[in-house]
Amino acid sequence: MTVAVDDRAREIVDEFALFPDWMSRYEYLIEMGDDIPPIDDEDKTDAHRIHGCQSKVWIRADYDEDRGVLMFRGDSNAKITRGLAALIIRVLNEQPPAVVQKADFDFLDEIGMREHLSSQRSNGLAAMIEQMKDRASQYA
Amino acid sequence: MPTTAPTPATFDVDRVRQDFPALRQEVYEDTPLVYLDNAATSQKPESVIDRLNRYYRSENSNVHRGVHRLSQNATDAYEEAREAVRSYINAAATEQVIFTGGTTESINLVANTYGQRLEAGDEIVITEMEHHANIVPWQMLRDTRGIRLKVVPISDDGVLDLDALNDALTDRTRLVSVVHISNALGTVNPVEDIVDLAHDRGIPVLVDGAQSVPHGPIDVQRIGADFYCFSGHKMCGPTGIGVLYGRREMLESLPPYQGGGDMIEEVTFEKTTYADLPHRLEAGTPNIADAIALGTAARYMEELDPEAVGTHEADLLAYATERVRSIDGLRVIGTAPNKASVLSMAFEDLHPYDVGTILDRLGIAVRTGHHCTQPLMQRLGLPGTLRASFAFYNTRDDADALVDALETATTMLR
Repeated sequence: MTVAVDDRAREIVDEFALFPDWMSRYEYLIEMGDDIPPIDDEDKTDAHRIHGCQSKVWIRADYDEDRGVLMFRGDSNAKITRGLAALIIRVLNEQPPAVVQKADFDFLDEIGMREHLSSQRSNGLAAMIEQMKDRASQYA
Repeated sequence: MPTTAPTPATFDVDRVRQDFPALRQEVYEDTPLVYLDNAATSQKPESVIDRLNRYYRSENSNVHRGVHRLSQNATDAYEEAREAVRSYINAAATEQVIFTGGTTESINLVANTYGQRLEAGDEIVITEMEHHANIVPWQMLRDTRGIRLKVVPISDDGVLDLDALNDALTDRTRLVSVVHISNALGTVNPVEDIVDLAHDRGIPVLVDGAQSVPHGPIDVQRIGADFYCFSGHKMCGPTGIGVLYGRREMLESLPPYQGGGDMIEEVTFEKTTYADLPHRLEAGTPNIADAIALGTAARYMEELDPEAVGTHEADLLAYATERVRSIDGLRVIGTAPNKASVLSMAFEDLHPYDVGTILDRLGIAVRTGHHCTQPLMQRLGLPGTLRASFAFYNTRDDADALVDALETATTMLR
């Protein structure tokens, strides 16, 4: 199943490779935010909030017992953060908890988004990933 | 398109910029740095960097008790730095300049010493535009000693309500603690008037001067506050060093802050007598190197023509403010008549974080968020702002670069 994660990451890397500069890559990232599986407004609560971001970001994780996979939904009130959340969800969605737990995000380097993983960054990308893995550990 | 009219002042900003090596770099490929985060920290001139280097290379030793030559040299340099700072703020005597870790520690020092004399029901008056460093230490006193915290409101344009401040003063008020220049809005508060109001009723005043000292020398005697706090790193000095200035009688009345070496006169297991000011409030080995380099920074800043600096910074603020107003959906936050060179902005439909991220990619260093003033952001109903803050070494070209980047960012994000 990790192959699926890697495949999705590869797919994203290939898509980003079509863009020649950082500006168009950011524009694409922002567009990706529109495709995020949306979280219901009533789920935008502290329980699903990712803390440590300047903007507000929520990610909800549900375990589909029949398929044994995690389903993620999310949103943010900042477009770049929402794009990053969409990116991570696209990789991890409908994956088994054990796969989510082990997923790595080295591909962010290849698409020029590595800088967002730094703990200095206030978009909470690292916190998002940590919280998604934490939810996965509850079902692993 | 940007117009690059010459700055109407004699201030030679191009020459001054040569003093700051960090301003000459690219932060991304082919993307030179435009540093507009000066309210967070300033860049350092070569002389300050060299001074730190020289101290560690050839003078490093502990101060005040050494019999050897190196220690005497370090002590002289440390005390000369105190004199340089004294001169910069026009304190009456060097003993009134206490070195601390920064504004935050200076305020905490006052809260932990002056605060000891406060009783349940006593009141401290602050304002809606305070930095967390001038809120939280008093809240901690509220929790431990049962004092009350009163908050003076501001108007929508960021002006302090002096009538409300006057009304907030009662016979239980023990301190007015107010920011000189708001880090989030740029508002310059009339601290001399505030001191007069409070002193008329015998109430001491603490002024948070973190954002004032970066704009040139100040005169603590004219301001008349009982305490004046600031950080070195915002005025071209190193991080980790700051100052608590106090009126002499006030400082002399304070109990010791931390116990340890350097702050004592004589110690036996039965009894300790304390050293005189300023050492009584500087326990332990001080931050010698950074204090010495702060002295260099103070001298550097003092040598700039304050009037030319003021004119130059006012021009930058006026120019940048006028230019950013042309950007669709952008609102300037903080429009007090008397403002320092801080330009806070909010966007109708965009999160400041998004705009700041794009600006960063374009080489523009600004700050986004609540600027450690969460209650102020709540008061203004904003999630935060995007803040560009100008120093004397910034130029109209920097303002133009900011405006161009804001145009690019808002186009990309809409």
